[in-house]
Amino acid sequence: MTETVKMHAFQAVNAALHQAMEEDPKVLVFGEDIADREGGGVTGATIGLSTKFGDQRVKSTPISEQAIIGAAIGAALAGYKPVAEIMLMNFTAVCMDMIFNHAAKLRFMSGGQSTVPITIRTLTGAGWQTAGQHADHLEGWFAHTAGIKVVAPSNPADYKGLLLSCIQDPDPCIIIESAGTLFIPGDVPVDQGPIPLGQAKVVAEGTDVTIVSWSSMVVRSLQALAPLAEAGISVELVDLRTVSPWDRETVLKSVAKTGRCVVVHEAVRSFGPGAEIAATVNEELFGKLKAPVRRLGAPYSPVPFSKPLEDAYLVSVDTIVATVKEVVGK
Amino acid sequence: MAEQSNSPAPSTETLVDIYRRMIRIERNDDTIRKAMRLGKLIMPYYSARGQEVIPSTISSLLTNEDTICTIYRGIHDMVAKDMPLRPLWAEIAGRVDGTCKGKGGPMHLTHPETGVMVTTGIVGSSMPIANGLGWAAQLDGSKRVSIAYFGDGASNIGAFHESLNLASLWKLPVIFVCQNNGFAEHTRYENGTSVDFISKRAIGYGMPGFTVDGNDPWAMYAAAYEAIRRAREGEGPTLLECKTFRFLGHVLGDDDKYMTKEEKAAAIAKDPLPAFRARLLAEGHATEDQLTKMQADIQAEVDDAMEFGLASAFPSVAELRRDVFATEIPA
Ligand SMILES: Cc1ncc(C[n+]2csc(CCOP(=O)(O)OP(=O)(O)O)c2C)c(N)n1
Repeated sequence: MTETVKMHAFQAVNAALHQAMEEDPKVLVFGEDIADREGGGVTGATIGLSTKFGDQRVKSTPISEQAIIGAAIGAALAGYKPVAEIMLMNFTAVCMDMIFNHAAKLRFMSGGQSTVPITIRTLTGAGWQTAGQHADHLEGWFAHTAGIKVVAPSNPADYKGLLLSCIQDPDPCIIIESAGTLFIPGDVPVDQGPIPLGQAKVVAEGTDVTIVSWSSMVVRSLQALAPLAEAGISVELVDLRTVSPWDRETVLKSVAKTGRCVVVHEAVRSFGPGAEIAATVNEELFGKLKAPVRRLGAPYSPVPFSKPLEDAYLVSVDTIVATVKEVVGK
Repeated sequence: MAEQSNSPAPSTETLVDIYRRMIRIERNDDTIRKAMRLGKLIMPYYSARGQEVIPSTISSLLTNEDTICTIYRGIHDMVAKDMPLRPLWAEIAGRVDGTCKGKGGPMHLTHPETGVMVTTGIVGSSMPIANGLGWAAQLDGSKRVSIAYFGDGASNIGAFHESLNLASLWKLPVIFVCQNNGFAEHTRYENGTSVDFISKRAIGYGMPGFTVDGNDPWAMYAAAYEAIRRAREGEGPTLLECKTFRFLGHVLGDDDKYMTKEEKAAAIAKDPLPAFRARLLAEGHATEDQLTKMQADIQAEVDDAMEFGLASAFPSVAELRRDVFATEIPA
């Protein structure tokens, strides 16, 4: 048995950053309020880094999202491995030019001469009454852009392992830290190393239906397993972990086995990543499906403030249970 | 506006070197336009004819280790930086021997060996990235400097303001070089910019800012020398506003209705190339024969590059899957 430590996601992120900075002097960490002088980040994910690694490698920045990602890109072009924090995912809108037009495309546009190994850490998620501008899951924006990897862990061990991989990866990665996963402690192996990007994990094995999910909705899907088991439904739960590039092989293998598929994500359902997965499953497994692929996601609405509305915004455990029952016909 | 400076006067050798770079830009530009007229080359082309002095003078003070981030109107900046012309031509023709295998084109050339790190088509985006290159130079403990080229219109974009603040705060070895040609696309300077001199904006960010006659190699040399010295010695960034004029409109084919015939004619009458040549000869820095031979050699180099570029093959469609990530993506 490997030795494990219980921690929550931000401690796992912190551990990964410490480890990455220790292992590679080219790793830099910066963003708004992230140095110890400013409190080690709003969530404490960067606590201790500036004290340990110095204020050259760990820097608090002004509130300048374009300057932050621009500096990450430039330093990466010169051989560094910057980990930049954009405090909240909605603020990536301010530096989308740097991410979308530059980080994601410089390798291709330069014919492979430029490499932009940056990692963008960013926090989001509804459920905290932060309303329309602080809680969107925007993985679809990024997944739609060729050249950037999109990572969305659901538990502390994956947070650590996937972040380590993002930092080592030769290409730009954005890793989404989601509110719905933050305060759920998990066991992290003491020697947790990098977890390869683009590999899903089968969290629960089953035979009747496959749920494909990631980030906060893996947490909810896990809660749906017991009531579904009671109803006599055996669920295979696939945690995608990396939204782009996504692990088609694992998903298709599972759906080929179960014949049914429900995709569950926090992002808005319309034009969301679930559509890509559902379409792929249809294209590849049309003759083998026992029911149409279903997608669950947020309604076509900004994240609301009012508590009952916000509760209705997020896909609930009950909705997952009801939908899966429908799909299975029970 | 440039302050009294302690910069040394450029040597004869430097002056001839600046002229060489200018001629290389001008011959290249002329040949590109000819090739486009003949239908041999099809691309959006943002000529910098008239702006040759700025990057030529700056580049005379740089090495290949020093980096530039430039813009769609930046082929002059690359040529000044001594980027080889053969891969440049192959790239603007979209061919496989291009600097970027034809995947970047005229608005996105990259050539790290000569320090051309990023060429962007997004106004104002050269600056945030130039900061990162400057930061890396600082972390490496090297004396490299990072140049961000941009236009006057770009100084109204948020990225300009964020970049100047960050560079000043972190004392980065970055030189912000605004090539102020008086127009942002079709918008006249005063209709888009709130200050009479862009250099004044430097005050707000705690860095030196100078307005220089960007068509005068001596003035440019003095200003660039001081900015580069400051950067190399760890004294932080400088904003240089270099006044110039573009002779050929915003994009090739643009009908110039937004400028008066008189002002265009007046600017062209002050074309920096013949003016500089005359002064080099008058002051005995070069002889007629020497400059004529230089021009012929450069034209031969450009013609060779054109032939090479246009003879190069188009990239294979499989290139669509390459360089998206470090590892090829599945078909
Ligand atoms: C962010 C952005 N907005 C608008 C454009 C369209 N555009 C291309 S060039 C240009 C004018 C820029 O003028 P300036 O910065 O003065 O540079 P110049 O072309 O004169 O060298 C505009 C508006 C763009 N490329 N990027």
